[in-house]
Amino acid sequence: MIRQLFTTIALALIALLLPSTALASGHDGDNTEAKEGVDAQGIIFDHLGDGYGWEVPFNHHKRIPLPVIVWGSDGLHVFSSSRVTGSANGGVWRDGNAEFKIAGKDSKYKGKVVEIIDGKEVKPVIDISITKNVCGVFIAVLLTIWSILSVARWHKTQGMKAPRRMTGAIEFVIIFIYDGVIKPTLKQKADKFAPYLLTVFFFILIMNLLGLIVIFPGGANLTGNIAVTLVLALFTFFVTNIFATKHYWKEIFNPDVPWWLKYPLPIMPLIEIVSIFTKPAALTVRLFANMMGGHMIVIVLTLLIFIFAAMGPAVTGATAVVSIMFSVFMLLIDVLVSFIQAYVFTMLSTLFIALGQEDGHHEKDHHADEAKAAAVTDAK
Amino acid sequence: MELFTPDFGLIFWMFVSFAILFLILWKWGWPVIMKGVSDRADLIDKGVEYAQNAKEQLDHAREEANKYIEDARRQQAEMLRETDKMKNQLIEEARNAAQAAAKKEMDAAKLSIQQERKAAEEQFRTEVSTFALDIAQKVVRGQLKEDKAQEKLVNSLLDEMEKKN
Repeated sequence: MIRQLFTTIALALIALLLPSTALASGHDGDNTEAKEGVDAQGIIFDHLGDGYGWEVPFNHHKRIPLPVIVWGSDGLHVFSSSRVTGSANGGVWRDGNAEFKIAGKDSKYKGKVVEIIDGKEVKPVIDISITKNVCGVFIAVLLTIWSILSVARWHKTQGMKAPRRMTGAIEFVIIFIYDGVIKPTLKQKADKFAPYLLTVFFFILIMNLLGLIVIFPGGANLTGNIAVTLVLALFTFFVTNIFATKHYWKEIFNPDVPWWLKYPLPIMPLIEIVSIFTKPAALTVRLFANMMGGHMIVIVLTLLIFIFAAMGPAVTGATAVVSIMFSVFMLLIDVLVSFIQAYVFTMLSTLFIALGQEDGHHEKDHHADEAKAAAVTDAK
Repeated sequence: MELFTPDFGLIFWMFVSFAILFLILWKWGWPVIMKGVSDRADLIDKGVEYAQNAKEQLDHAREEANKYIEDARRQQAEMLRETDKMKNQLIEEARNAAQAAAKKEMDAAKLSIQQERKAAEEQFRTEVSTFALDIAQKVVRGQLKEDKAQEKLVNSLLDEMEKKN
């Protein structure tokens, strides 16, 4: 213990002293840039946001080109993102009669592909480009299919043998979610909804973990993107309401409350109707905010080094040590959070679906479940 | 802010991707895994039950065997006792038979001795009477005169002899 502490302090001291000599000479050329200050916001949003093309590690100029698919003023256009991300021809690409470019920082379509019509930037009607995030989603889908089907293949070919290594680990998580979340909440209806809920869990988990890997094929901030979480929440919303029982709808439009809460002003029904939509909204925002927050903290901690670079080498060195220690710590926490958030999303989805499956025979259970749901919602 | 406005393209692709992912796993993934897991759980349950039964049966068998051994031992002891009894009985019987036979022999011997004696007595008597007669003849020859007195004397003598025997 003492020895570890000593080592840590020694390393910190070395780190403090080294840059003052090593970096002092090396960074002379960059001083002008450093004095201008680091565009922290730009860097953060650049890393958290989407983009055409995928950055190559350690290189800010080269990108892995991805297809841009837009429906412009004169129909469908498909071209490589390298046509517009590069500096060739001023970043303007002429495809047929239409001209495209990526909107600059001052435009309200910042970072998106826009069509230039009469010198004005117009957003295409439909932009379904395979962006970095879309590509990340594809990779996550393939990984999920591969990992789950490998377990399925094991069951087909190896039969009753005990699975080991990766198969065993994945199967353990499947059973953990099924027996720990789905079965106790949905009871006899568990098998009907288990495929959806398990798919959601593994998809989110793999997307979360991919987001933590800095370089390709990770690096896309998937679950920290509101569109991704929105779609997942919408699926839960549809599953909940499409398979809901009569009792569920009765509880919404004619809940079991004193009459003056329903007539003449339908207060409770209104609250219930709003709650139908707040549930997916809560799902969307919770996952999105948690994952994005985690990524943002890591980026900010790393950026601290460059922000403090202006204050001299000694400060830079100290900040570097502290920042890196904290970012590693945060990344480790994020690995945990990746699992927890996937778990929470699955658990809440299960709970919402279960609320839609009440058949009114046991009122007490229903209220207990609602209380549980409320407690969980409050806790987050 | 751009982070809070969902992008249509991403929503579209996400929707398509998730739908495909779900369909594939729903068709080929989850049912196989769920069935496999529950089948294996059943198999393990069955195996445990079988092992428990086997153990029970083994314990039971050991008990049974012990019982049989005990039984056999008891039977053996019983048999030994029986044999012992039989042996004693046989000896007894043999002894009795021997005794009976001996007695028979003895009785027969006694009888024959008695007969012999009787015969000997008879013979003796005849001999004695013959001797007496001879004596008498001699006496008679000598003292024929006092015939009657002589005869009386002889008879009394003979009687005395008989009484002696």
